[in-house]
Amino acid sequence: MFYRENGQLKTSYQADQQIFPIAQDRWAIIGLVLFAIVAVPLLANEYTFSAILIPFLILSLAALGVNILVGYCGQISMGSGAFMAVGAYAAYNTLVRIDGMPLLLALLSGGFFATVVGMFFGIPSLRVKGLYLAVATLAAQFLSDWAFLRVPWFTNNSTSGSVMVSELQMFSWRIDTAVEKYLFCLGFLIVFAVLAKNLVRSAIGREWMAVRDMDVAAAVIGIRITYAKLSAFAVSSFIIGVAGALWGFVHLGAWEPAAFGLDRSFQLLFIVIIGGMGSIMGSFFGAAFIVILPIVLSQTLPALGNLVGFEVSTAAISHAEFMIFGALIVWFLIVEPHGLAKLWSTGKQKLRLWPFPH
Amino acid sequence: MRVRNALLAAVVMTAGFSSSLTTPVFAQEQEQFFPLLVFRTGPYAPSGVPWANGFVDYYKLVNARGGINGVKAVWEECETSYATDRGVECYERLKGKNGGATLFQTMSTGITFALTEKAPGDKIPILTPGYGRSDSADGGVFEWNFPLTGTHAASADTQLQYVASLVGGLDKLQGKKITLLYHDSPYGKEAIPILQKRAEMHGFDLSMIPVTHPGVEQKSAWLQIRQNRPDFVLLWGWGVMNSTALKEAQATGFPRDKIVGVWPSGSESDVKGISGAEGYSAVLLQPGSGPDSQVVKDILELVHAKGEGTGPKEEVGEAVYMRGVVNAMLSVEGVRAAQEKFGVGKTVTGEQARWGYEHLDLTQEKLDALGFHDVMREVKTSCADHMGSSWARAYVWDGTRWKLASDTWFQADMSILDPLVKTSADAYAAEKKLERRRADDCQS
Repeated sequence: MFYRENGQLKTSYQADQQIFPIAQDRWAIIGLVLFAIVAVPLLANEYTFSAILIPFLILSLAALGVNILVGYCGQISMGSGAFMAVGAYAAYNTLVRIDGMPLLLALLSGGFFATVVGMFFGIPSLRVKGLYLAVATLAAQFLSDWAFLRVPWFTNNSTSGSVMVSELQMFSWRIDTAVEKYLFCLGFLIVFAVLAKNLVRSAIGREWMAVRDMDVAAAVIGIRITYAKLSAFAVSSFIIGVAGALWGFVHLGAWEPAAFGLDRSFQLLFIVIIGGMGSIMGSFFGAAFIVILPIVLSQTLPALGNLVGFEVSTAAISHAEFMIFGALIVWFLIVEPHGLAKLWSTGKQKLRLWPFPH
Repeated sequence: MRVRNALLAAVVMTAGFSSSLTTPVFAQEQEQFFPLLVFRTGPYAPSGVPWANGFVDYYKLVNARGGINGVKAVWEECETSYATDRGVECYERLKGKNGGATLFQTMSTGITFALTEKAPGDKIPILTPGYGRSDSADGGVFEWNFPLTGTHAASADTQLQYVASLVGGLDKLQGKKITLLYHDSPYGKEAIPILQKRAEMHGFDLSMIPVTHPGVEQKSAWLQIRQNRPDFVLLWGWGVMNSTALKEAQATGFPRDKIVGVWPSGSESDVKGISGAEGYSAVLLQPGSGPDSQVVKDILELVHAKGEGTGPKEEVGEAVYMRGVVNAMLSVEGVRAAQEKFGVGKTVTGEQARWGYEHLDLTQEKLDALGFHDVMREVKTSCADHMGSSWARAYVWDGTRWKLASDTWFQADMSILDPLVKTSADAYAAEKKLERRRADDCQS
């Protein structure tokens, strides 16, 4: 009833090929974006911006990149943390070493170098598949951990191995406050999400999906496997690299390689699996689940404890957080193995038929 | 279904009652908020738990003694698991609570780096007693950072002086082989510049072996040590890395009395229950282990005896626990100093507290009165010197407790430290386009 496309006739190819062919979807997304740009800055407080929304936006962006590789092209990668690290350190080095380097260009150069590294580590994907590829991409993770810890050049010879960036400035806009940082990240996310959505709908996106579903069949119908796989690695690492640069520049301000460790790679992979593989929307759902839920748990558990007159110790909160979080992951994967995005589309289907389900 | 609803209603009702009962009690009192970034879980918990307990017990003691000139100390913990991003989240969460944070004690070098970029904007001082970034001792550049009672660089210098005292003087280090076994993080790396400088000066051979986070994999490191046969191993571990190192030392047969740790490697939790740890020594920037000190007696009497203690009673007085106590004491004394300027018995803001930390003058008499006799020595900060002092003593583990190796107090040689700190701080200022604070700025 709420979600019917009856009467929405498409009279041109253009109308038929737009991103959201159904008017309700289109308006909902436009509304959501407007809400994020206009209403959220008015409603949220500084804590929400710095601790929840900014990490959420940046990890959504990274998950978008991972989703292109893992979800759309079917190449399991555990080197996402490494590509984020390459993005962050490359952006840092271009900013520090080149005088008068604009911020935007530095961030994009982070993406560029991540692309180069990503394509290099994508080469094994031409020969190995599945779990073996996952292990091969682990090499990227270990290499980046090693390189950024031990090669002093990357950290501009910082004695402690920690690098920092402050003063973010784009053109004449000084990105100081939490709201500005939020809008800055949001801008990146919107641009990349639209690009990614269009890419996966285009010829190259279909090639990726064909390779994912069955690479031999894809080769038989004339898809160049090398090109498809490496382009997926390239696009994915570019986005992850930019996300890594944002994570370092905007969210942390100062970072060390531990910020992009193996845990980060796993986190991104979980975001994609829980959010929904092969779904742009899923990246956002997954990031919301993985980023926001632990914080919400750690905030509400003591409050809940207080309600029943029981003081929960900090360690107990942390343990409970892990247990509840783990249980929820298992529960979600059992009831909806295709991720939260599938839940979303089931919901839409239900809305369409309601209140007459037959 | 009905039962469930009834249960739910009951829970909501009791919830409503209990919250309405507890809130109004402290409404009228003056409060000073001390946020705590703790790590009670994860691989560093062995060090983190007693450290956090020391903090909380001391704040409880302050309140039991009547507060800070009548101002009640309040605190809230936030678990970071020693991870930088969680630390940043905790900082954002706590900075505006309970009338605003007085200060932040990061309890982690990595988090210190991240917060150093954020705190000046929020006008909140950062205390890193005994750790943090070594160049932040330079108050001319780092206005908001206070590595009181010493930095990692000071740790390294005093550690080396102790090693020199074992071989009979700094000039006897010539030709010796010293290996630095360090935690591969900003914390561990802070030791390197000063040790390299010392190696150049005294002509000993310094080799460095990094151990990756979390530090449980050290087989290859100890294999290298066995091949090298160094005269001394300087241990810069943290959490589980320390106990692993001592076990590996035993497995390799490296004599424990040739291993010298620093304060993050020198607490009871690092050596207790490890057979063969006897003889291992550690140079602890103040404080050391202090089970017999007056402050510990007070805590046991006024806090633990009333059943309000945090953590097990047996751990009160352990080295890392004492560090929590001293860190909390420094945070409170800075507030007291600020109160003397801005109004005794009033809550001070973060900005006012910063003034207090910059004008901290803890003489030995004041410390003795607080119960810190023979635990630590005087601290006096100034605009230029945010470190105050860097006294350290060496302790030896005898299998049951840390015993003083000698009564000597070491202090970092500032003629070596200062140029390094200044160069590093200047580089930081140049990178950030900061100007050194002028003399008139220091008066305010």
